[in-house]
Amino acid sequence: MTEAQIPFRCEDIHVAIESKPVVKGVTLNIKGGEIHALMGPNGSGKSTLVNALMGHPSYSLTSGRIFVNGENVTEMPPHERSRHGMFLAFQYPLAIPGVTVANFLRAAVKARVKDDSEMKAFRKTLLAEFERLEIDPAFATRYVNDGFSGGEKKRLEILQMAMLKPSIALLDETDSGLDIDALQIVSKGINTVVNKDVGVLLVTHYQRILNFVKPDFVHVFMGGRIVRSGGPEMAAQLEKEGYEKIEKEVSRIAEVA
Amino acid sequence: METNNQKTQTRPVVNVREDYQARYGFSDPDEYFHKAPKGINHEVVAMISKLKKEPEWMRKFRHEALDAFFAKPMPQWGDTELLNSIQFENIHYFLKSTEGTEKSWDDVPDNIKKTFNRLGIPEAEQRFLGGVSAQYESEVVYHSLREDLTKQGIIFLDMDSALREQEEIVKKYFATVIPPTDNKFAALNSAVWSGGSFIYVPPDTDVKIPLQAYFRINAKNMGQFERTLIIADKGSRVHYIEGCTAPTYSSDSLHSAVVELVAMDGAYIRYTTIQNWSNNVFNLVTKRAMAHTDATVEWVDANLGSKLTMKFPCVYLVGERAKAEILSVAFAGDGQHQDAGAKVIHAAPNTTSRITSKSISKGGGRASYRGMVKVYPSATNCKVSVECDALLLDENSRSDTYPTMEISSDDVRVEHEARVSKIAEEQIFYLQSRGLSEDEARMLIVNGFFEPFVKQLPMEYAVEMNRLIELEMEGSVG
Ligand SMILES: Nc1ncnc2c1ncn2[C@@H]1O[C@H](COP(=O)(O)OP(=O)(O)OP(=O)(O)O)[C@@H](O)[C@H]1O
Ligand SMILES: [Mg+2]
Repeated sequence: MTEAQIPFRCEDIHVAIESKPVVKGVTLNIKGGEIHALMGPNGSGKSTLVNALMGHPSYSLTSGRIFVNGENVTEMPPHERSRHGMFLAFQYPLAIPGVTVANFLRAAVKARVKDDSEMKAFRKTLLAEFERLEIDPAFATRYVNDGFSGGEKKRLEILQMAMLKPSIALLDETDSGLDIDALQIVSKGINTVVNKDVGVLLVTHYQRILNFVKPDFVHVFMGGRIVRSGGPEMAAQLEKEGYEKIEKEVSRIAEVA
Repeated sequence: METNNQKTQTRPVVNVREDYQARYGFSDPDEYFHKAPKGINHEVVAMISKLKKEPEWMRKFRHEALDAFFAKPMPQWGDTELLNSIQFENIHYFLKSTEGTEKSWDDVPDNIKKTFNRLGIPEAEQRFLGGVSAQYESEVVYHSLREDLTKQGIIFLDMDSALREQEEIVKKYFATVIPPTDNKFAALNSAVWSGGSFIYVPPDTDVKIPLQAYFRINAKNMGQFERTLIIADKGSRVHYIEGCTAPTYSSDSLHSAVVELVAMDGAYIRYTTIQNWSNNVFNLVTKRAMAHTDATVEWVDANLGSKLTMKFPCVYLVGERAKAEILSVAFAGDGQHQDAGAKVIHAAPNTTSRITSKSISKGGGRASYRGMVKVYPSATNCKVSVECDALLLDENSRSDTYPTMEISSDDVRVEHEARVSKIAEEQIFYLQSRGLSEDEARMLIVNGFFEPFVKQLPMEYAVEMNRLIELEMEGSVG
């Protein structure tokens, strides 16, 4: 597999918030078709990591490099990272009052097409995605995330992902706050986006989404680092044992070292 | 003895019935205009009235109003510094004799021409709006529209023609809502008014289409001191739209209109304005409506451009269950002060008012909301809602709110909300993460901010308005 065919790679990512180090050296390789789950306790820096990867201005990357489809995007502003194929589903999606979902998505899709003729199919594609994610088409004329329920916001994130067709999707707790039906629909949405050219990094606290979105790798994230990586079985183990056991092991190793 | 300008400021308003003809009558209008084209005095007023061949009562009215103008002090509130910089003696008060002949296309500033182009305004209309051409081809459209209206008994004329053709009804209502003594600028308008619209809608008549074509094509003709009067008779409905999104270029720097609306029992009037004056203009407008029993009046008002705008559309709720809705938006850019707001007087029981104000300040611009809601003691069971929303686009810009409530009835439900906000960095990042550049993200958020206004507009205006906001955001409006 050539470099250009690997949707996502990051090396030794360090992130500081107001000069306090929060992410302390993360390296990830996500190949086409792979789903990576990232699990870790509250406040360990998962959101900080994915936001910094997307180029959030208040999370400064103190070192490290980011590649999308082999291209170095480390110095690019967020919108260019997006146009190069990155997508971030927000843990807390923002409301944009007065801007309808349809207009928002039209602007976003338009920003990445080469010529306007590609916009002809926009309406049809949008309606199809609404149907697939079982969202009432009336949402097209509602204002982005304005007054949406938690679950509706998460569905809209997945709808946006489907419309923008990224190479690498960073999904920050997209499963949180979803009822069981919504979880299945959202999972289906994620699974349809993944193909041999697309990778996913799924930040989650719960095993239950992993029953629908099957991860190839599970990474345990603590104190700003990936402290352990393994196969799908690790998620179940984590759920049973909690982070405490790993934490102890990690600190023992740290003591020894 | 007074002939000229403000030396007479302290003099009280004189008797209406004085014989102005003898004192100020003038015999050779054309000659006069060649001699003294600028400044305001009784000769100019006499001239205007004479040129228009007006009835005697209107002539007297004008002279009386001019005295009121001299007598009235400048408003002592608002942007007094800017107000006091107005040079009344440097303004043409009547342009008819020179209109369309003095100016050439080359005199219209380049930035205005550029804006015309970017708004996609056709060449013929550009020349018209630039004040170069006196005629605009779609006037034909307006005339055929008017024929349809005539069949329904609707009178829709420019104010000068209305005074000639419908004198009786004009006389009955003219200046009954806004007397010349109301304020200095209403007085000035009353003295020198020219152009504007007159509409009368007969009882139970629904004017299905917004009356708009007229003003779009006459944005220039209506001049600096237009006067509009709309009367919606019992149970009738009418929507009137004035203005246009293209910057209205004017070499003279004072625009002072008076707009009077009368909504009789059960009538509905919506009055929509989009005004975008060139940046040298003082835009000081008095707008007021009377809403009788069960009537509804809606002012939908957008203020862009100009140097200083002072505009507070007002509704007097004089009949039971009358309703007022005022939606005012403003965009203040570099060197501009938009002082806009609303005024509602609840003078009858069970009346309702809702004021929504939205402003954006950018590049050092200043937007003020100034509002007044008064509830009389007799006005029981009233509902009042005021919502002001200001968005500051940068650190140098400014926004103030001056809300006043005088509530003398204790049976009133009042809701009041005021917000000043900045665009959140998080919102921008969210949109950027979807592939929009920072500028595109700001643009979208600003469009969203004005959306509640824009969605009240007919389609073609909405499209233009959005385009115009885009140009304002780029800072490239003339
Ligand atoms: N903008 C910010 N300013 C200050 N501190 C911040 C900011 N954002 C995050 N932090 C801090 O950085 C640490 C990591 O936060 P982060 O949101 O990345 O955690 P998380 O792993 O996503 O947690 P959760 O599972 O609760 O979502 C926390 O201590 C948090 O308080
Ligand atoms: Mg988080």
